[in-house]
Amino acid sequence: MTRIGPTGFRRSLTLWRLSLRAFCLSPWLGVVYAALTTRLGPRLLPGAVRATRALADRQRALALEWSGVDVPVAYPPAETAGDLRAQLLDRDSQVRRDWRWVAVDPYVGGMLAFVPTLFLLSGVWGLSTAVFGPRLSDDWGSLWYLFIPVYDTASAGLAGVLAALAFPLALFWAGPYVVRRHARYLRVMLAPDEAALLAARVEHLRTTRSDATDTRFAEIRRIERDLHDGAQARLVAMGMTLDAAEHLLESDPDAVRDLLVEARQSSTAALKELRDLVKGIHPPVLADRGLADAVRSLAMISPLRTEVVADLEARPEPPVESAVYFAVSELLANAAKHSGAGRGWIDLRHEDGSLRVTVTDDGHGGADAARGTGLRGIERRLAHFDGVLAVSSPVGGPTLMTLEVPCALSSPKTTSC
Amino acid sequence: MRVVLAEDHFLLRDGVTRLLGAFGHEVVAAVDNGPDLLGALTGLRPDVAVVDVRLPPTFSDEGLRAAVAARTEVPGLPVLLLSQYVEPLYAHELLTTGSEAVGYVLKERVSNGAEFIATIERVADGGTAMDPEVVAKLVTGRSRDEPFAALTPREREVLQCLAQGLSNAGSAEALFITEKAVAKHIGNIFTKLDLPPSETANRRVLAVLAYLDR
Repeated sequence: MTRIGPTGFRRSLTLWRLSLRAFCLSPWLGVVYAALTTRLGPRLLPGAVRATRALADRQRALALEWSGVDVPVAYPPAETAGDLRAQLLDRDSQVRRDWRWVAVDPYVGGMLAFVPTLFLLSGVWGLSTAVFGPRLSDDWGSLWYLFIPVYDTASAGLAGVLAALAFPLALFWAGPYVVRRHARYLRVMLAPDEAALLAARVEHLRTTRSDATDTRFAEIRRIERDLHDGAQARLVAMGMTLDAAEHLLESDPDAVRDLLVEARQSSTAALKELRDLVKGIHPPVLADRGLADAVRSLAMISPLRTEVVADLEARPEPPVESAVYFAVSELLANAAKHSGAGRGWIDLRHEDGSLRVTVTDDGHGGADAARGTGLRGIERRLAHFDGVLAVSSPVGGPTLMTLEVPCALSSPKTTSC
Repeated sequence: MRVVLAEDHFLLRDGVTRLLGAFGHEVVAAVDNGPDLLGALTGLRPDVAVVDVRLPPTFSDEGLRAAVAARTEVPGLPVLLLSQYVEPLYAHELLTTGSEAVGYVLKERVSNGAEFIATIERVADGGTAMDPEVVAKLVTGRSRDEPFAALTPREREVLQCLAQGLSNAGSAEALFITEKAVAKHIGNIFTKLDLPPSETANRRVLAVLAYLDR
């Protein structure tokens, strides 16, 4: 929200500066656009699109932060310069809208953002006319400040009073007003229409669905392999051991004893492998007790001394619960492994239709969602449920990781399985 | 001993009943669901209860809930929990009803009959019996904590044995050391965990609790 006073004025200056940047960028975009049919154009296109998008993203972020105006985006994925070119030529694409905006912004947005400064300059001019007006008007023949002809001390005083008024007007009224108007203008210029938003949404769902299917398939392959290499092999070995024992029963009872011990150890090992496998698929404590207790259980066996605060009145849908559980498990394991932390805090709550989990540690920080493959994996799996992961991990710590998944809570009844 | 057995799987229920019979113990009630179990525990007051964690009707932690409820009503009622999975959280909840005459072991321990019976008897006598798996998990998890960091690896192993409920002789056998060495390690553990000798509290149990109950 826009605060009153100089903050608004300062912000209008920032917006004006950004318009200047658009002004510098627009001739370049014009050149690239004109060169599209040549061989050079497509090479320059990605860079130009990136620069445009960066500028637009900055403006969108400011509109949201300062005025609470959300300017939605709908960038379709673009693999090649050819895709970008097609998008640029499509009248309804986000890329085209961005370019149009860059061309217009220096005039509309820039002038709008300049209004508070204009007030200020007018004030400065007014004050100087109040001081030097009478003399200057003699030299120049006549001198006006707004609608006041300045020719003697009285009229100069009047101009001075009026000019003094311009300062508070510029700082306290025009600044905030302009910032609000600017955000709305940005929305008109940049927001895609319903159809484009819907298309972007469909695209997002298509990607996450295919992601989900891939993950599911990989998981099934892993389970199959684990069973094949683990429990199954052990059971076969056990059968063979027992068979050998059967043959030796008469001739060498001592050897039979050893074989039986071996068979029992195999059965124990097979059970342990099956147990670990089930834990990897769906941890029993999660099935029994739900997310809060399952996370408490994670905290109990974590090397970090971890406190859990949970505020859940009921349970989320099982797939969400499971995804969040494994995400928290991985975040906690990461914290224990890489952060050098001694303590951890987990906060679990359901607010405004979203499940929000925060994992904090007192380690040395430096975790980066863009680089860590583990974090990327968590992000992708949460994306199946429209969930997001935010990582704040300045070097030197602490690390704060927040994941949020929109979901409803169902009845607190435990599920059977 | 009079034993109440709660297990919904027919084969296991039958097997454990037969095993207990073979060692001269009587199963006074064999139930297959949570509500019946609570009734049997508070009504029959057995010498020990052997309880599966996951029972009908919810097939979640019905057995644990019944055991905790029974031990709240009848303090010190000996209960040995059996489970396919050893869950530290459940062990913790069971211990909050008191650290004596409780046990929590994996179901597969049944396959070693003599040892399993010994475990039941230890719990019936007021001892503790924690599965090596749960103890190992908690110990590796907590090993960075003060004051446990001060323990040597060997002392940690001895503490694990204590947590499982083993005697000095049992620990000595498990770790291939002499009983005297075990006693010495236990003494060091008590010192490092700052557990002074006392008449009322069992220091072995306190040491274990210091581990499990944090």
